[in-house]
Amino acid sequence: MKVKQISVFLENRAGRLAEVTTILGREGINIRALSLADTSDFGILRLIVNDPLKAARVLREAGFTLGETEVLAVEVPDRPGGLGEILSLLHAAGMNVEYMYAFVERSSDNAVIIFRFDDLDQAIRVLQEKGVTILEGQTVYSL
Amino acid sequence: MRIWQPEYECMDRGHLMDLQLERLQAAVDRVYQRVPFYREAFSRLKLHPRDIRSLEDLPLLPFTTKADLRESYPYGMFAVPLREVVRIHSSSGTTGKPTVVGYTRSDLATWSDLVARFLTAGGVTSEDVVQISFGYGLFTGGFGLHYGAERIGASVIPVSAGNTQRQIMIMQDFKTTALVCTPTYALYLSEVMAEMNIDPHTLCLRVGLFGSEPWSENMRQQIEERLGILATDNYGLSEIIGPGVAGECEQKDGLHLFEDHFLPEVIDPESGEVLPHGREGELVLTTLTKEAFPLIRYRTGDITSLNPAPCRCGRTLVRMSRVFGRTDDMLIIRGVNVYPSQIEQVLLEMDGTLPHYQIIVDRKGALDMLEVRVEVSEKIFFDEMKKQRALVEKIEERLRSVLGLSAQIKLVEPRSIERFEGKARRVVDRRKL
Repeated sequence: MKVKQISVFLENRAGRLAEVTTILGREGINIRALSLADTSDFGILRLIVNDPLKAARVLREAGFTLGETEVLAVEVPDRPGGLGEILSLLHAAGMNVEYMYAFVERSSDNAVIIFRFDDLDQAIRVLQEKGVTILEGQTVYSL
Repeated sequence: MRIWQPEYECMDRGHLMDLQLERLQAAVDRVYQRVPFYREAFSRLKLHPRDIRSLEDLPLLPFTTKADLRESYPYGMFAVPLREVVRIHSSSGTTGKPTVVGYTRSDLATWSDLVARFLTAGGVTSEDVVQISFGYGLFTGGFGLHYGAERIGASVIPVSAGNTQRQIMIMQDFKTTALVCTPTYALYLSEVMAEMNIDPHTLCLRVGLFGSEPWSENMRQQIEERLGILATDNYGLSEIIGPGVAGECEQKDGLHLFEDHFLPEVIDPESGEVLPHGREGELVLTTLTKEAFPLIRYRTGDITSLNPAPCRCGRTLVRMSRVFGRTDDMLIIRGVNVYPSQIEQVLLEMDGTLPHYQIIVDRKGALDMLEVRVEVSEKIFFDEMKKQRALVEKIEERLRSVLGLSAQIKLVEPRSIERFEGKARRVVDRRKL
């Protein structure tokens, strides 16, 4: 149910993002989804990759500060209002979304949204009760 | 040109040395009788007050250090019972415990006269309106200057520090003629005046007496040009008395050190050996007349040199050069003493391990900026921006309360702080004085 996400601390200066993606590319690691939260000084890059363990190892070896977090990948109908429905039911259940980002599946009518919750297990229960599809880690890594 | 106490300030050297010896012998005897710290220190050296027969015997006496003062917190070094103490001050932000100093009524009278000496030397008279923009409180700057200016009979405006626009309004409306603050604050005032479209030359300001942080000839020129005033430097430290240890006259050629009250030496900070006049080294002061808080051979940590030649102004007291720097790693930022170890303590509180960090001091316009760069380890890294920023704010908050001034935290990537022989350079001071 849970998907491994890697977060990387980046200083807000030219070339840092390129450096991370170049290292991953050289090691044959494919990025499935990413998001970047930034301030004027620094940024937090969050990545879903096809091989999280290897990605974490090579980035640590290259001297980056990493975090490994578990997130949920939720399938959302790729049509107007699709995301709104999911957010409404999370809100109704009192679940707080810490952050989220999206990517579109190549071979389906669904979008995939990555969610970060404080209480992941509670979120899983709420979403499953409502019949929302939560993707398995392995499925996401190989999308 | 006026001189506040010409009978002392222009004394011939022979008479001065007689006076110094007489006072030194009395001071040494007093601390031996009254301060256990000195009795023990003398005993260890098998020294008795009667061994001090001439001024040349001064190096026989033990040094007193900042650490000694900290260990005696709060009243261990006082030489009089508290009922004789009428004022207590304390050092500005230092590591661990602050240094507490006390004054008897007679100490306060001496202090006022010594401040009156450098105010007079810097051109202040009873006709002046003196705006004191030093903080009032435990810091000796505000009250020290206040009583000295009152002693002269000037009209004193005790504005205290901060609220720059109000300072400028008072300066305009109250027709301030003499400004007392730190040199960086004087420059900052001139910048804010420019923003407010106030031409400093239309004010009544005539002289400025600046101290409590190191500055340079270049800064003096800027201040004098921008504010259209005569700017003089003065020196002091709370352990000795506060402001009023030394001050420049209008010749601006060294600070007259009031050696009838404070016996100066310049030593090699490594060996402790006394250096001849003219050589640069650490200033060591012995208080000759202090009653409540006398100190023998106190190591100030300030680097300077002494010039015994009489000044063109007529004063004969030895002149010290501007303070060139410090023997320890203490930084003076916006008039506040900052030790890197204080910043280290705050960083240690985060997760118990000390991250690689670097302190960067810079001057933006006229104000000193303190930035602390911290290399982010996995222990203090979050995937949520909210938590990451909360951490930064928490450290900034702690630094503000520990240091007494605001610092900016900048998170940087691991290994991005330059290393020197494996160790990061802890302090980068980019201020061009």
